[in-house]
Amino acid sequence: MSTALSTSPVWLSALRAEGAARFEQTGLPTQRQEAWKYTGLNRLKSFGFEPSPAGSSVAAPLILVEGTAHRLVFVNGRFDAAQSTIGTLPKDVVLTGLADLLRNQPERVEPLLGKRAQAGQRPMVALNTAWLDDGVVLIVPRGVAVDSPIEITFLAGDTTAACHPRLIISLGDNAEAVLVERHLGSAAGGLANQVAEIDLGAGANLRHYVLHAEPAASMAVETVSATVGRDAQYRCFALTAGGGLVRREVEVSLQQPGATAQVDGAYLVDGERHSDTTILIDHQAAHCSSRQTQKGVIDDDGRAVFQGKILVRPGAQKTDGYQLSQTLLLSPQAEIDVKPELEIHADDVKCSHGATVGRLDADALFFLRARGIPEAEARALLIQGFIGGALYEIDRPAVRESFGLAAADWLRGRSQPSRNAESTAS
Amino acid sequence: MLNIENLHVSVDGREILKGLSLEIPAGEIHAIMGPNGSGKSTLSYILSGREGYEITGGSVTYDGKDLLALAPEERAAAGIFLAFQYPVEIPGVPNATFLRTAVNAVRRGRGESDLDAIQFMRLIKDKSRKLGISDEMMKRPVNVGFSGGEKKRNEILQMSMLEPKLAILDETDSGLDIDALRVVADGVNMLRAPHRSMLVITHYQRLLQYIVPDRVHVLAHGLIRRSGGPELAHELELTGYAEFAEGAEFTDGKAA
Repeated sequence: MSTALSTSPVWLSALRAEGAARFEQTGLPTQRQEAWKYTGLNRLKSFGFEPSPAGSSVAAPLILVEGTAHRLVFVNGRFDAAQSTIGTLPKDVVLTGLADLLRNQPERVEPLLGKRAQAGQRPMVALNTAWLDDGVVLIVPRGVAVDSPIEITFLAGDTTAACHPRLIISLGDNAEAVLVERHLGSAAGGLANQVAEIDLGAGANLRHYVLHAEPAASMAVETVSATVGRDAQYRCFALTAGGGLVRREVEVSLQQPGATAQVDGAYLVDGERHSDTTILIDHQAAHCSSRQTQKGVIDDDGRAVFQGKILVRPGAQKTDGYQLSQTLLLSPQAEIDVKPELEIHADDVKCSHGATVGRLDADALFFLRARGIPEAEARALLIQGFIGGALYEIDRPAVRESFGLAAADWLRGRSQPSRNAESTAS
Repeated sequence: MLNIENLHVSVDGREILKGLSLEIPAGEIHAIMGPNGSGKSTLSYILSGREGYEITGGSVTYDGKDLLALAPEERAAAGIFLAFQYPVEIPGVPNATFLRTAVNAVRRGRGESDLDAIQFMRLIKDKSRKLGISDEMMKRPVNVGFSGGEKKRNEILQMSMLEPKLAILDETDSGLDIDALRVVADGVNMLRAPHRSMLVITHYQRLLQYIVPDRVHVLAHGLIRRSGGPELAHELELTGYAEFAEGAEFTDGKAA
């Protein structure tokens, strides 16, 4: 273990040891576990999970979202202060690298760490906890709004090692923030096993946008655990346009009346890539609402998984839960596994879900071609339209625009359309 | 301009067109009338290149070329335009984006350069105003949430932007009230030109009061059964298609 780890407070060492022991016991998740039914981690079997020793220097690209004043850059999971810019923040807002805060003011993090994302049932969280070291801390006090988006860029150098970033986001009552994560990985490979713990006080509002644009060699496993207070709002959108394996597991607990969650996303999967979105919305209180809109475009031998569960606990009356999954399959080998789940223990609730899986609409394709648009271009336009419909859920125009560009990059870069010539529905 | 000879077309082994012949000279408007199921829409799809039809005999020559050998987009570039009976909705694609893509694709197909955004806006402004198409309709996804009349006006807008040599109007009157029909017909009449032919397919004579054809043909059971001038449409309005029911004696088996 590095010196940074060995000088840690006792509670932190204990937390890490607990995570390590837990992971030792469970090992990697297997497909026998319901939550991992469609995503195997065989390729991680012989993987070393120890983080790479020092941050190599990789230059971060320009900011993603226009108007971003705060930017934290991570290289191999470590905060890179030289490439980061933290603009002027409202009074008493904490925005910093986790390792720095653990060194200087560990008492500020202690009450927040390991509280939302518990290692017990989750091997990947246990693994992250075992190597807990760096990440992001954002603490916004009651009544304070951070107007500018906060962008967090994750890069990896020429390394196949793992990193285990931890995000601690805590918004006090009526506080507001906008978070943009951008995962760029490394062409060399490697695994980013990230855990985010999010706590929203009464009336708080967090917008959380996530972009995966890693090379196909890169793998990412993310666990997001959020608790949402009375009348508070958690709204997130994830666009997965890269990464050989990207798994996002999002659990949102609506703990107080009036809490709302919106967990949306789009996954664009080509080549032999694999994308897994697993969501649990846990309605614990009455009068809460949740929405999930997930759209996938799958080409070549790509595979995607969407598991979305709405759990309505006893007493969570007047719950309004909604879930929609739409998938466009562009090749005969493309595959999606959709598992929508409703588990309802209250009798006065409104919950609905829908799932569609289809190919490009033959009528629409003919219509476009009859207007002179060549077949390949017509297909691209229809796919773009489908993705555009998904991005429509992003309510910040600047974010929608930059995510739209990332989606356009994916469209341009995907393999030859001729390979998919037969994949039209009639 | 267009010459269809002895065209036989089947769908799923069932013969829909049974040796249809029809000639449309440049600059003329021909109407095809007929009962439901007579093969009218099949003819429009065959001419525009939709998949799923088996051509078992005959030929279609357009501008001296074998039309049936061309892909739909090549036909569009060559000047064929089909106004759809049921215009297709395309979620997520703004109408303006679609139209600009189409206009530039057709221009490229004709060996012309792309229009830039400003040139395109200038061109569309005038044409859309004449058809009562608002800026808001241009921003909305193609045909999504459009009323029946708006969809048909949008079709005519596409036609005016693409400037076809042969426009096929497939039941453009269906589902329109009289006011919407007038707007659409006015739009079509504005596009009448000596070099532009039209094939107007309709079940009812009503549309032909506004778009007056040079020739009227009756299509029934896969063949042109009668041809005449505009007065034939009026006659059909009075007598209906009973005369052309299965097994009836036909007065004329061939198109003029």
